[in-house]
Parts: sequence; structure tokens; C-alpha cells
Amino acid sequence: MMSKTDAEIRFGNMAELHGTKVQIPYLITEKNTFKRMDDEDKQQETQSPTMSPLASPPSSPPHYQRVPLSHGYSKLRKSTEQMHPAPYEARQPLVQPEGPSLGGPGAKPLRHQASLIRSFSVERELQDNNSSYPDEPWRITEEQREYYVNQFRSLQPDPSSFISGSVAKNFFTKSKLSIPELSYIWELSDADCDGALSLPEFCAAFHLIVARKNGYPLPESLPPTLQPEYLQAAFPKPKWECALFDSYSESVPANQQPRDLNRMEKLSIKDMADVPVPTQDVTGDDKQALKSATDEALPKDMSEDSATPKDSNSLKARPRSRSYSSTSIEEAMKRGEDPPTPPPRPQKTHSRASSLDLNKVFQPSVPASKSGLLPPPPALPPRPCPSQSEQASEAELHPQLNRAPSQAAESSPAKKDIPYSQPPSKPIRRKFRPENQATESQEPTTAVGGPASVATVKPHPTVQKQSSKQKKAIQTAIRKNKEANAVLARLNSELQQQLKEVHQERIALENQLEQLRPVTVL
Amino acid sequence: MGWILVTSAAVILFLQNYPLYIRSVPTENELKFHYMVHTSLDVVDEKISAMGKALVDQRELYLGLLYPTEDYKVYGYVTNSKVKFVMVVDSSNTALRDNEIRSMFRKLHNSYTDVMCNPFYTPGDRIQSRAFDGMVTSMMIQVC
Repeated sequence: MMSKTDAEIRFGNMAELHGTKVQIPYLITEKNTFKRMDDEDKQQETQSPTMSPLASPPSSPPHYQRVPLSHGYSKLRKSTEQMHPAPYEARQPLVQPEGPSLGGPGAKPLRHQASLIRSFSVERELQDNNSSYPDEPWRITEEQREYYVNQFRSLQPDPSSFISGSVAKNFFTKSKLSIPELSYIWELSDADCDGALSLPEFCAAFHLIVARKNGYPLPESLPPTLQPEYLQAAFPKPKWECALFDSYSESVPANQQPRDLNRMEKLSIKDMADVPVPTQDVTGDDKQALKSATDEALPKDMSEDSATPKDSNSLKARPRSRSYSSTSIEEAMKRGEDPPTPPPRPQKTHSRASSLDLNKVFQPSVPASKSGLLPPPPALPPRPCPSQSEQASEAELHPQLNRAPSQAAESSPAKKDIPYSQPPSKPIRRKFRPENQATESQEPTTAVGGPASVATVKPHPTVQKQSSKQKKAIQTAIRKNKEANAVLARLNSELQQQLKEVHQERIALENQLEQLRPVTVL
Repeated sequence: MGWILVTSAAVILFLQNYPLYIRSVPTENELKFHYMVHTSLDVVDEKISAMGKALVDQRELYLGLLYPTEDYKVYGYVTNSKVKFVMVVDSSNTALRDNEIRSMFRKLHNSYTDVMCNPFYTPGDRIQSRAFDGMVTSMMIQVC
């Protein structure tokens, strides 16, 4: 590309200069008030060791792999600055991975820059990493790669084939970035401009979207680590096997620190997504363990093996919950692109999650409560009234709801109606009371004794507590399901509208085509 | 039916006779360029209708010199989807040969195709692709 050759030429000249002098043209051309002095210092640190390897013309992409990307990046930046000084300076890419908020004036110290990075919820331990490898956000970590490939597979089962433009458009539109930005990201990532994304192109696009969502400004051109050749070389076509990790292992040491940064990205995404369950773990955690858990959780979540040497020790902390959080974050970003995942999450194997001990709740109570308590609660959403149920899901659940009372064998169906018209938590409890009454009256062969016997029988209170906890858990799960349903319904309606618009456009185009045809006949 | 206007000066890309893309190097005479381009659109339409055949190949896409004014030469190019590219160059740029103009139009067409490949671009929008901008800039620098 022209810009790169220009940059290389320019850099060749600058390579002879002392490290400090390299910064000067950069400073002159840069109008944004990034902390220049500190940039100098910082870049001196990073670039002085890299001066010698870069003195030779850096023409090949593998070279970029070996060298910390800060320098290659500054080259790109300088080249684009030369070409478009005014508009692009406002989008200084990732020498410092700050967000758009950093346009402010003043020479902020490096620490402040780090604090800004902290605003993206980076752990304090990562500050040094961030400063020394400012361009590493463009490097895809193993976990991210796995996730991207997973997403690719969800759209296109064959990993060696392409995702069509429209499919990719729908997918990336869910990330809620603006259309011009998405258009630009597509432009960057679709290297061969064929209107379809191959796997490396898709990973690059996804990574750019992730970065953009984290506030990183988009680069002027595709970073070297995101180019398809690089991605294909570093990450051979995935088969979801350890082979992938083996091939990656050699570049792992080089990526350790970048992975921290990417973990930072993941965590920032997490914060953005604000997932309740894992954040409980997050807040209680030491950030170090958090970071390491994150790092480990994703590979655990995506595949069985984890070849991350750095954090294999502190890994075991809370991998499962972390993995749920990270997947949920991506899902939150993509708004339900993985519909199956969010609903089961709170209910299923939370073996290590301390927030909801559903397993403990479920397992002992399953044998305990034979009054049909378990089957009805999942089907017992707090529907106010049949007339008020707007969504189809509610309607579906309603018949189950009706079934539940019958199963509960209560003697007062009227009481059931009242709970239905009330907020979620109450109907369960009320159901519980008629349940108790029913059991009291009928004395079925259940472990859930009557309320009268609660005080006397010791195992019963615990069972009731467990079942109430379990019910609360189920309620929360139901609530989340409803939210997910609402989101999906909204998304559906939006997509329907888009589809209509597209249809209209198509009709309009066809009309135009028809009108144009007679012109040529003349 | 878009058209692109490239002058030593300006690039305008039009769809259905309204602009998709406008670019001029010296920006002061932009209005004049617009006027010239609009008049040249009529010439383009004339040529299209004169062609009249079903098959249009690459050569026929290039319309050649539409009409020379005292200061400027206007070249035209039309794609198969009736997107018009209009290029206005300074008459003082005598160095520009016909084949150079052809190659420039070809580059424009290729870049336009790349823009089309972007699923986020809906035909009829103003073209905001940076790659396209870069290509046009480089071309205009070369011309000037």
C-alpha cells in the first residue's frame, strides 16, 4: 500500500536518527495534545530497543510480528498524517489506547494516561503493559480468536467458506455501532473487497468492532496483526482442537502482555455489559485473580484446553462464572446473537458460582419436593392476567400456568388468580402458601409438610428455605428470560422493518431498471 | 445513473443525475464545475441513447471527450448500472492522454465496485468510503 511504503521510506530516514529525534517529526505533525513529553519518554522506551531491527527496511508482514507494534503503528500514523493532516489527527490511533475522551489538552502524565486506561477497567497491574505495548489491542488473543471463530461458525458452518455480506451486515449491526463506522470497519477488514468475509477477515472485523466498542478509535488502515495473511498464518483454520493452541504456543510469549491488554478489553466489555451474576464475583475479587480468571475462563469456555502459561496458577479461581460473564458480554454486545446461551446460563451448571448455588438448591430439593413444585415453577411466570399477556411467550406460559395450580392441588384456585396479577416474586410465595395449605389439607406423601409442622419438623424448614431460594432463583431466571425475550422481540421488529425497507428499495430499483431499459433500445 | 466528476479540480459521482460523490482539488471554482457537469450529463445521456445496443463492453463504457470548453475538457464514463462518471480536467493539462483517462476511469470504476461490495453501503448514498477517497485523491494529485 502506498501509505506503508511511504512510511517505510520515511522511517528508513528516521531510523538513522537518534531515538529522541524520531519523536520530533511526530510531535510536529501531531496537533492533538497527547502528553508529548511523556509520549517521547514512553516511545523512547519502546522504540529504542526496536530501533535496530527496524533500521532494516521493514517490508514483510512477519516483521511486524516480531516487533512490538508501537513502531509500526507510528509509521502508519505518520504516513496518514502526511497525507491527511487535518482530519486524521483527530483520530490518533493507538499509541495510547485512550478513548475519544482523550481529546483534552494539557500534558497529562503517563500516569494519567494509565488512569484513563483504568477508566476502561484495566487492572492496575496492566498499566506497564499498556504503556509499553500501545498497539497490542490490535492483536487478537487466543480466547478472542476462539470466540470469533465460534461466532463465525454460528453464521457459517464451514470455516473455510465465506460469510455473505448481508449475513455479516445483520450480525455486525447488532453490535449497535453506527452504520458509517461499520461500513468503515468492513472496508478495513474485507481485504479482497469481494463482499464476503472469510474467517480471518471476519475475525479482523469482529476484533475491530470489539475494539471500537471499547472506545479505541479505528485505525486508518488495517493493522498488520489483523490482516488476513497474518491471521491465517498465526491461526490456522480452527478445528477446535489443541492443535490450534500448539500452533499458537510459539507466539504466546510475545502475546502475554498483549493478552493482558485484551483481557482488559474483555473486562471493559464486561463492565459495559453489566452482567449481574458475574459482577458479584468481580467486585469481590482481587483484580489480579480477576484478570487471570478471565484469561483462563474464556478458553475454558470456548474449548477444553488452555495453553495460557502465564496464568495457569491463579486460573482455577472462578473460571466458570468468568466464562459466563465474558460470553454474556459478547452477547450483550451482539444483542442476542446467541439466543440459546443467555437463558440457560443462570440455571445451568453454576458449579463454582457462589452467587447462585442452584445446584445445591436443585439437587436436594428435587427428591424432597414431590408435590410438583419443581415442574410448575419454571412454567410459572408471573403473568398478571391472560388479557394482559402481550407476548407470545407469555401466552405459551400461561397454559402451563394454568396447569400448575392443578398440579399444586390447591384447594383455593381463587388465590391463584390474585398472585397472577401481582409482581413476580409474590405469586411464587403465594403459591407456596396454598401449596402448604394444600399439603396440609391433603397431606400428600411429600416431604414438604404442612406449615403447621414447619416449626416442629426440622428438615422441612430447610427444605422450604431451599425451595424458596430455588424459587427465587427461578424467578430471576424467568425475569432474565423475559428480558431476553423482550430484547429479541424488539430486535425482531427492527429487523422486520429493515426487511420492509429493503423490499421497498428493491421494488424501487426494479422500477428504475424498467424505466432505464427503454433508453438503450433507442 | 451516478456520475463522477473529476477535474484537475473535481470528482463528482452521480446516481440518477444526483451526486453520489463530489471532489474537487481547487475548491474555488466548484460551482462552475457543477454547472459544467450538469450540462455534460445531457451529453452523456445522448451518447448512451446513441449506443442503443444490448451489449456494452468496457470500451463503450468509456465515452471519451464529451465536449471541450475553452478551459476544460470533460470526459465521461458510464457503467453498466448507468452510474455516470464525469471527469473535468484542466485544458492546460495537455499531458493527459486518452489512455490515461481510460485508466483513471477504470480505477474509479474498480473503487466504486469495491464500495458497492460493502454491505453497509446502500446504493444511492453518498460515498463515504475512505479507500475511495484515498484513491481519488491520489488520482487527482497525479493529474495535477
